[in-house]
Amino acid sequence: MSDDVKVCDAAEAARLIREMAGRIWEGATPENPIRLVGVRSRGVPLAQRLAAEAAASGRGEVAVGAVDITLYRDDLDQVPHWPVLRGTEIPFDVEGADVVLVDDVLFTGRTIRAALNAVCDLGRPSRIRLAVLVDRGWRELPIQADVVGLRLPTERDDRVEVRLGPMDPVEEIVRIPSPHRLSPS
Amino acid sequence: MPTASSAADSRPPSAGGPDSAPSSTAWTRKHLLGLEDLSREEILAVLDTAESFSEISRRSRKKVPALQGRIVFNLFFENSTRTRTSFSLAAKRLSADTQDFSAQVSSLSKGETFIDTAKNIEAMGCDLMVVRHPTPGAPHLLSQHVSSAIINAGDGAHEHPTQALLDLMTIRRAKGKVEGLTVALLGDIAHSRVARSNIWGLLKLGAKVILCGPPTLVPKGMERLGCEVAYRLEDVLPRCDVINVLRIQFERQQGGLFPSVGEYSQFYMMTQDRVRQAKPDLLILAPGPINRGVELTPEVADGKHSAILDQVGNGLAVRMAVLYLLSGKMEAGPSAD
Repeated sequence: MSDDVKVCDAAEAARLIREMAGRIWEGATPENPIRLVGVRSRGVPLAQRLAAEAAASGRGEVAVGAVDITLYRDDLDQVPHWPVLRGTEIPFDVEGADVVLVDDVLFTGRTIRAALNAVCDLGRPSRIRLAVLVDRGWRELPIQADVVGLRLPTERDDRVEVRLGPMDPVEEIVRIPSPHRLSPS
Repeated sequence: MPTASSAADSRPPSAGGPDSAPSSTAWTRKHLLGLEDLSREEILAVLDTAESFSEISRRSRKKVPALQGRIVFNLFFENSTRTRTSFSLAAKRLSADTQDFSAQVSSLSKGETFIDTAKNIEAMGCDLMVVRHPTPGAPHLLSQHVSSAIINAGDGAHEHPTQALLDLMTIRRAKGKVEGLTVALLGDIAHSRVARSNIWGLLKLGAKVILCGPPTLVPKGMERLGCEVAYRLEDVLPRCDVINVLRIQFERQQGGLFPSVGEYSQFYMMTQDRVRQAKPDLLILAPGPINRGVELTPEVADGKHSAILDQVGNGLAVRMAVLYLLSGKMEAGPSAD
């Protein structure tokens, strides 16, 4: 665990989130409010933080939903541990809405593909954009984010963890190299 | 003795943070044969999963792709309309393919055995079998001979686990929790698989269970399980938070267990008058099909205390949850039944 590389501390992560909020609401008008949908798990606290930033800059209350992609995963037949369902809770009508999908880390793009299907099963949004705190590369599907906090070069088998309150006690972004590459032999 | 159970059985309120950790532990069972085998945590895992699935029923597009390509067979060796329909709809909402198989139109009438029938079905490709059979233990027997996951949809007077789970879900939704409530099962306890599954489920979640009915319809020795037995409804009515009105199982009785339907109704039918003797927030459940004018009056069945139609909706969510949980690939290991 001493091999973990701290990429951002709490203050740096907070600055990235503030910048993301600025770009998400750039040119937004009150007539067509932006709706946030966080991808469980860490996309949800990130979406709440973005909503708080918007409220702090005078944009008022922003509706935040949560989407659980479990039932839409393309690897349900292969997962070693059958995932626990936590449910989709979207407190606004998706039909015609201007939606920003929010996730902590963009990696293969498969999660976002599943989240897009999940959201579109609830209605037909006028537009969906994607905002992520970290884009770590290694896409397996043609998916790109509209708003990125940090572009982080990684190895394919690294893990990138975003830790955010209130789910985590410490706020930080950490890159954890694969143990296989570290073992000297 | 369960000191750690101060953690309530209620689902964490989603308003407190949509990502609060679910109370459920990982599900490891391959089959759902009865509630007697399940732990409190396993029961809560099903109920929490069912809560997530109930959102899908409120969508205009009521379908998710989770079980695409899976095949669910309904093997019904006994009549059923609502349970079979509920399982079929639940499977369809998860995008599984369903196939009904009923005894009347099968080779069983040509002499094929129960297990041969199931093995033939499995040879056609089957992932989950939903089994109803008049013989207690039939689903357990099947689970030892086929490799599909087995769901008991009622075996004789033994168990009907999904009915009890949907009853628990209905109680928890209406009352916020099950622990500490007083729940009466009213009527034909002796012939009721719903009663048996309910007793296990309610006791495991910490409810007080009262069994109330004519002495001929309440088996001896039920107190040993931790239930209270009462023969006069009026004696226990004021204490009840929930009454589950069981159907008189005319088809399982030899007859002569009570003098007449009229006399049964006089003593045990839920009427407006009896509802007024109970707590003002009394919840009335009935597994259905209900006999209006025998177990409860139409005014009570359709009244504000009745949760009968909520039970039907919750049944769909519970069955989706069970199909989902049993579709996980189980690790090779101790065959958790």
